[in-house]
Amino acid sequence: MTIPKLPLLLLLLAAALSFTSCTNKEAEPSSNVLRLEISHVVGTSALSLNAATPYTTPAGDAFTVSAFRYYLSNFKLRKTDGTEYAVPESYFLVDEAKADSKTITLHNIPAGEYPSFSFMVGVDSTHNVSGAKAGALDPINAMFWDWNTGYIFAKLEGSSPQAPGNHGLLLHVGGFKTPNNAIRTVSPALGAATIQIRQDRTPTIKLQADVLRMLTGPHTIRFAQTYNVMGAGTAAMSLADNYAAGMFTVQQVQEQ
Amino acid sequence: MLAYWFLGLSSSLVACASPTGERSQLEQAVPGSAIPGNFPVPEYTTAQNPPTKQAFELGRSLFYDASLSRTGEVSCGSCHRQAAAFSDGGQRFSQGVLGHRGTRNSPALQNLRWKRELLWDGGANHIETMPLAPLSNHLEMGETLADVVRKLNASAEYRQRFAQLYGRQPIDSYQFLRALAQFTAALTSANSRYDRYMRQEAGGELSDGELRGLAVLRKNCAPCHAGELFTDESYRNNGLDHAFPLDSGRAHITGRRSDVGRFKVPSLRNIALTAPYMHDGRFKTLTEVLDHYDHGLAASPTLDTVFHQLQGPPGITLSAQQKQDLLAFLGTLTDETFLHDKRLAAPASHSTGTTALTAGVATGNSKSY
Repeated sequence: MTIPKLPLLLLLLAAALSFTSCTNKEAEPSSNVLRLEISHVVGTSALSLNAATPYTTPAGDAFTVSAFRYYLSNFKLRKTDGTEYAVPESYFLVDEAKADSKTITLHNIPAGEYPSFSFMVGVDSTHNVSGAKAGALDPINAMFWDWNTGYIFAKLEGSSPQAPGNHGLLLHVGGFKTPNNAIRTVSPALGAATIQIRQDRTPTIKLQADVLRMLTGPHTIRFAQTYNVMGAGTAAMSLADNYAAGMFTVQQVQEQ
Repeated sequence: MLAYWFLGLSSSLVACASPTGERSQLEQAVPGSAIPGNFPVPEYTTAQNPPTKQAFELGRSLFYDASLSRTGEVSCGSCHRQAAAFSDGGQRFSQGVLGHRGTRNSPALQNLRWKRELLWDGGANHIETMPLAPLSNHLEMGETLADVVRKLNASAEYRQRFAQLYGRQPIDSYQFLRALAQFTAALTSANSRYDRYMRQEAGGELSDGELRGLAVLRKNCAPCHAGELFTDESYRNNGLDHAFPLDSGRAHITGRRSDVGRFKVPSLRNIALTAPYMHDGRFKTLTEVLDHYDHGLAASPTLDTVFHQLQGPPGITLSAQQKQDLLAFLGTLTDETFLHDKRLAAPASHSTGTTALTAGVATGNSKSY
């Protein structure tokens, strides 16, 4: 079969161009980095799993925590002029039981000054409906409902004397469809600080997540009623409303 | 990495240069990778997971591998048998690990490329992740994904086959699910006598009775059993019971009261081989099914309005002749090619418990979602 010359030339040109665009993309030096260091607290105490002394909710329920895990995704940084940079493929599973998971590094951010940033708590709907995934979104991480496809956005497990039966607490938040869409986007305030992205330094956001803020806020969670949440619905929505309303706070932005 | 890019570029050159040449010949090597002329555009396109012989064969091995289950007793193929259009023909509820029985009838696996949602209640929203449900259900394969991946990585043969395909190690669930989907997406049934009739091909003659049956179907059944796939993929309450305390169907997924008693409308393809019928396998024969629609519907708040009639109770009134013609037509939806395609059978080298199957011992899982 003979290949017409002009289309072939165009094809080669397209190939050459795509080479160029690849190099352009990778021209952003990897030193344009933002780090997030996440700490977990329960009110004024540091969170420790399976602690001997139980914590107490503002409503007065006692509880211990055996697991605390959640997805942070779709990070965006906003400049003063309103332009936003969306960090591509930014999906992270933060797990109290895995120290490494509490440090997140975002690469290849365009240099500049960003007075605000935002992220999703959970996983966007597209990634809930598009099949097998690797890495943080691998269903092997036990943050996935296989009987009713979708990611578990946040998981708080433990026990409470106020919970009926065996006193177990299983609070699994998820759901990406109306009217039970539990995806929440939050933008913890940086205060007077800004995020300076430059080649010669790596800023670090010290982000804190307070477990109590999942159980209080717009909705008061009482373990006598809410102790077993395993699917999308009103209980998951309440927990998501709570953590969106202030579970995450910026303690400090460090320039290094 | 750059080499891969060149490889991609050169193959795209080939694809551009000969759109109907080498590439389609490559695809022909994998069953079900060509879209039938009388079918709509698939939900899961070949572009999303391009069929290759190697990946298909790996998926085939996985489908028939009982070691994926917790006890080594049950493979996908245990309850989805080719001779029954990949249903568990003859079994109301299939047998999973440790003698457990499921709570829903094992559905036929065919034309899954065209499904946006799978399982009787539509709880699975993608062909790639759907197998996670039977794998982890304790009544079916009873295994964790972590253990499946561990077992695959412990096998020298699988390690080699996955590495050849994906070029990275260890095997992860992404590779496992994508390979399995190569096989499940290949289960295309589109060569029944009805299909040949529709495509005006040789061997596509329908008798007068069969043609009358097709007309009855299009008039009375096609609101739900629509199009060339003989399902509109909707969820409907077809009047099996007055209440659904044990299995609310679609409502289990959506939480909506309006979905109580609704189940996925199944395809009618290969229906002569997939008895018993309904999500709970309550009807042994197609005659029982037609009798149910004619005079057996149970009223309930969510009974589908499609059954409302101008006069009399809800149902689909059918004469004895219409039933006879319908049954004749439904027989033309049997696809012998699909049922006997050796490429879809268990690989010869496999210790998949197929011996138990040929001995007529029912093993398997069932849908309990």
